[in-house]
Amino acid sequence: MRLIDQNPGAPLLARFLREKWGFWRGCEEFVRSRKLPLRITCLTLTSALFLSASTPERHFTVYSVAANYSLPLVQREGRDYIGLLEILEPLGKVNAKSDGPRWRLRYNNVQGDFQAGKTRFRIQGRDADLGAKFLVENSRGLVPVASLSSLLPRFLGGPVTLHEESARLFIGNVATHFTASLASDNPTRLVFNFSAPVNPSIATEPGKLHMTFSHEPLVAPAAPTLTFGSKTIPSASYSETNGTAVVTVSSTIPVIASFSNDGRTVTISPSSAAAAAAQNTNPPASPTPTAPEPPASANTQQLYRRYFAVVDASHGGDDYGETLSNSLLEKDVTVALARGLRQELESRGITTLVLRDSDANLSLDQRAIFANADHAAIYIALHAASNGHGVRVYTAILPYGDDDRGPFRSWTVAQHGSLPLSRSTASAVAAELQKRQIPVRTLGAPLRPLNNVTGPAIAIEIAPQGSDLSQLTAPDYQQLVTSAVATAIATIHDQLGAAP
Amino acid sequence: MIPRHLVIAMVVLLVAVLGLSIYALHMRRTAAAAPVAAVDTRPLAPPVAGPTERVTLFVAHDDDGSLRAESAQIPLPSGRQQRAEELLRALVSLYLDKSSPHVLGSGSEVRSVFLVDPGVAVIDLNSAFADTHRSGVLVEDLTVTSLIHTISANTPGILKVKILVDGKQRDTLAGHADLSSFYDVTAVNQLATQLQ
Repeated sequence: MRLIDQNPGAPLLARFLREKWGFWRGCEEFVRSRKLPLRITCLTLTSALFLSASTPERHFTVYSVAANYSLPLVQREGRDYIGLLEILEPLGKVNAKSDGPRWRLRYNNVQGDFQAGKTRFRIQGRDADLGAKFLVENSRGLVPVASLSSLLPRFLGGPVTLHEESARLFIGNVATHFTASLASDNPTRLVFNFSAPVNPSIATEPGKLHMTFSHEPLVAPAAPTLTFGSKTIPSASYSETNGTAVVTVSSTIPVIASFSNDGRTVTISPSSAAAAAAQNTNPPASPTPTAPEPPASANTQQLYRRYFAVVDASHGGDDYGETLSNSLLEKDVTVALARGLRQELESRGITTLVLRDSDANLSLDQRAIFANADHAAIYIALHAASNGHGVRVYTAILPYGDDDRGPFRSWTVAQHGSLPLSRSTASAVAAELQKRQIPVRTLGAPLRPLNNVTGPAIAIEIAPQGSDLSQLTAPDYQQLVTSAVATAIATIHDQLGAAP
Repeated sequence: MIPRHLVIAMVVLLVAVLGLSIYALHMRRTAAAAPVAAVDTRPLAPPVAGPTERVTLFVAHDDDGSLRAESAQIPLPSGRQQRAEELLRALVSLYLDKSSPHVLGSGSEVRSVFLVDPGVAVIDLNSAFADTHRSGVLVEDLTVTSLIHTISANTPGILKVKILVDGKQRDTLAGHADLSSFYDVTAVNQLATQLQ
């Protein structure tokens, strides 16, 4: 300490260490003291101080033909700044050199010379203005976000569109447009059609459903608020914030979102319970359910069925399923199979919902809730495997205990009442596969969410017929399997449809 | 004038410092180059010695997706719980052999088995067991059925089985087989019959 005090070149450091030393000494005494309530209060207050001091990170999203990506924004001198190198890096060959206050960036064949603290810069031998100071921090060149609309075209040689308020940048003609229209059938459905596949995250709150587009270059429709003249779904609005676009649907009844047309169509429709209520009474102004619902009781299941079959592409998002090969994941094979099976089923007149039509995270509970809420006549989960040959058709092995109590069904053994019909469905599917010379077995499996589905439910695991894993992605093999499954379902359609 | 013995001592010390630095650098490079063991393969408990008994293990076979009863002569302790533990360890040790019909990942181990009356068995696997297990409905189904059918066939009175990983509940074994609930031994034994 004395050495630091005597060092005239480091007074700030000395003060800092003195204060810190005092602080740690205080902490030591504090920990040794036995005043527990005081200690807890102090810790809580300190934590609250730290938490309140942290501000949420702001993001800047860039959409381009090459890539869509998000970068962190920093606030300097009351303005939003962003790293110029980081913006250009995913778009082409780029390198930067820092030499004292001078900072030079080369993107493909375009060179820009900047100076820390100056608003002027040179690009391709010409002077230009940033509108605010250029900053260099740890050899990182920062430019004001507001300057990007004039700065980037000089490097990229093409137009960019900057949404400064919402921190979104569109490079070239990459925007995804959408339309929204009410389908006139009963119950009312709101159909969004997008010009490119989308995969928004869905969140609900009472009276509202939010679709947040983090990675899609979605742009506003002609008017930010769309009205539909419907009592159940009166309006939808578009907004942008912190690098994302949000579409909010207002509704007076609980609604759910489903995806189709390879992610180009999102349909907002009343949940089954709401639709059933709407058919019998006036629509209630109840909040949208966000938590897992208990399975519907048997006497309500006949009220409304939107889809006969629910096809579930297992895994998805962070859950890859089996890594079948270096370039092949189970989650990708199951999506392809699910789309194929939907096509085969619909060509036989069977209405089908594919639960996961994109690379989305969907919990096992959510999958069962969808199947139960729609009172699907058959739930089919699709899996793919490298192990074994041919196809395995599974029905649930129910866990021990958790019996139903009165009118309530236990979530873990919700499948109990439908297990005989699930087994006969599995047998019908196996028989059809056998007819087509595909090796097949029917087995039980402790495989969720089969045990949580109230109606008939099977899982189909598809392995290659031989040792060649590429057969899993071969359209002819996929069609051979999916057409056999669809034919079997069509054969026992009446039996399944009559089930409660 | 610096005395000669001090110069010699200084030179010796410098040489020693240089030598140790080179040795430390060499050791650091060797440590960095050496592959880190993916799992801890040390045994968790000493092997059981003593009189052997003939038991039936239900061994999974990946080639045809079957479960086959196989006799084995293994040393078993007298306690019911310890017997169940050793039984499953014998089964798992079969699967650790690379030529096994249902290979488990290196380091897979049954940490312990707890028998709680009436009729509850808790099988605690180590994390390497689950982390290195192959993913797939059938392959996971075979492992779970093999463990439960083997313990229930050799330990009368077990009605339900819970499988833990490192003493904690886990959702699935490797993405498919559900580990969140208690297994009904009757249902699993029916599946074992299907698989035989």
